[in-house]
Amino acid sequence: MADAPTPPLPTLAGLAGEFYGWCKKHELRFQRCTACGTWRHVPRELCAACGSWDWEWARSSGRGRVFTWTVAVRAMHPAFQHAVPYAPVVVEMEEGVRILSRVTDCPPDALEVGMPVAVAFDDVTQEVTLPTFRRAPREE
Amino acid sequence: MTQLGLQLQAATRALADAGLRPPEIDGLMPFPNLGSAEEMAASLGVRKLRFAATINMGGAAPVASLRAAAAAVTAGIATHVLLPAGWNGYSGRRARETVAMEVHSIPGGAIARDYYFPHGFVAPPQWYALIARRHMHEFGTTPEQLGAIAVAMRKHAQLNPQAVMRGKPLTLEDYLASPMITAPYRLFDCCLETDGAAAVVVTTAERARDLRSRAVFLMGAGAAQPYPADDIATRPDIFETGLTLAAPEAFGIAGVTPADVDFAEIYDCFTFEVLQQLEETGFCGRGEGGAFVQGGRIELGGALPVNTHGGLLSEAHVLGMSHIVEAVRQLRGDAGERQVKDAEIGVVTGWGDFGDGSIAVLRR
Repeated sequence: MADAPTPPLPTLAGLAGEFYGWCKKHELRFQRCTACGTWRHVPRELCAACGSWDWEWARSSGRGRVFTWTVAVRAMHPAFQHAVPYAPVVVEMEEGVRILSRVTDCPPDALEVGMPVAVAFDDVTQEVTLPTFRRAPREE
Repeated sequence: MTQLGLQLQAATRALADAGLRPPEIDGLMPFPNLGSAEEMAASLGVRKLRFAATINMGGAAPVASLRAAAAAVTAGIATHVLLPAGWNGYSGRRARETVAMEVHSIPGGAIARDYYFPHGFVAPPQWYALIARRHMHEFGTTPEQLGAIAVAMRKHAQLNPQAVMRGKPLTLEDYLASPMITAPYRLFDCCLETDGAAAVVVTTAERARDLRSRAVFLMGAGAAQPYPADDIATRPDIFETGLTLAAPEAFGIAGVTPADVDFAEIYDCFTFEVLQQLEETGFCGRGEGGAFVQGGRIELGGALPVNTHGGLLSEAHVLGMSHIVEAVRQLRGDAGERQVKDAEIGVVTGWGDFGDGSIAVLRR
């Protein structure tokens, strides 16, 4: 049987390269405007809230909650044929930004809106580390 | 027949219906990524092509092009504009495969490549299913309500001689028993994949009166993007679509309200997108779409018949151009068994890419 095709990988150029560079160090960082303090994801050149070009890669707490998801039962890309069923999940981070990822230790059927999750990292190749999530304890 | 051939066939038929010869066309607005104005003009013998443009809004392009073409003929930069759309959606590459294979086919492609695809978030049904799931959470929308949409479209297709799904009725039980594709979307939440084409000709109302054709009039139109348009997964208001902005504009220009509309042809790539567009167009409030689509309200004979031809779900996937054609047939009184009685005003919408929206208010 032929090996599964390689999953699609992000380009490591520009701001995406910087974002994934932090992930490779197992740090989840998002852009934060140093003029108005607004966090943003996906990365952008300037702040859509105030127009400032000044920003930093600020470290996220890594904690968030499940906002929504879909359970992919039928693969729509050959690289994910062997992964079904799996769930692309939108996580809303404590900082307020949302990120598309997966919760790797949770069966798709057990996902719930509001479920607390914490970032983990998946070193998919020597160059690329994807931010993923695991279930986290419920807090008061 | 090739993708180009299908579109040329639809184009020549639309021109014949309008009472025009192909060389009289001087404007062309092809659907994104499915053919160039240059090759179409060359094939049709259009020697004086003054206006060629494509609106990059995916399935929202045909209705957005209707607005742009109307602006072009009104401004005098074109006389007659042809809007073709067509593809080998069944015999060629399937619609579901397009984006993951051609990342630059959509405006948000770079974000999809860098932040979606690595997680297996690769295709339109997956993108939109996220919104449907969240809608279920916030508003209690149910699978039975999505099923009511699939069943209504299929009922309408039984009355349409052109519908792929004519002769194949669908019950709510069939819908609920159909296999899951990308939850909450089942098989029958998803549109067809079809070889097909359709075309429309736009000119000024004054010139239309001199043509053989029975013209249908554009009362108002809008086309807009949600914010941000290039990122669907992290959009702050996940229910916002281009229609949120475009629909009030279109109704304002038309001088009518959703209550005045006799039927609606809503871009139905998936069932939930019908529900969401009914809400964002203002046929009901946000969160009320689930109840709105039940009880036969969107079926022929109901308060607002939706997709009287069967739509992308049950007639054929002709990129939304077929929705405009159906609205024209209804307003001309040519819709046969599926005719909406005394139809005077109809709405057509388009949905594309990460929620781009377009809308036209038409009258007979």
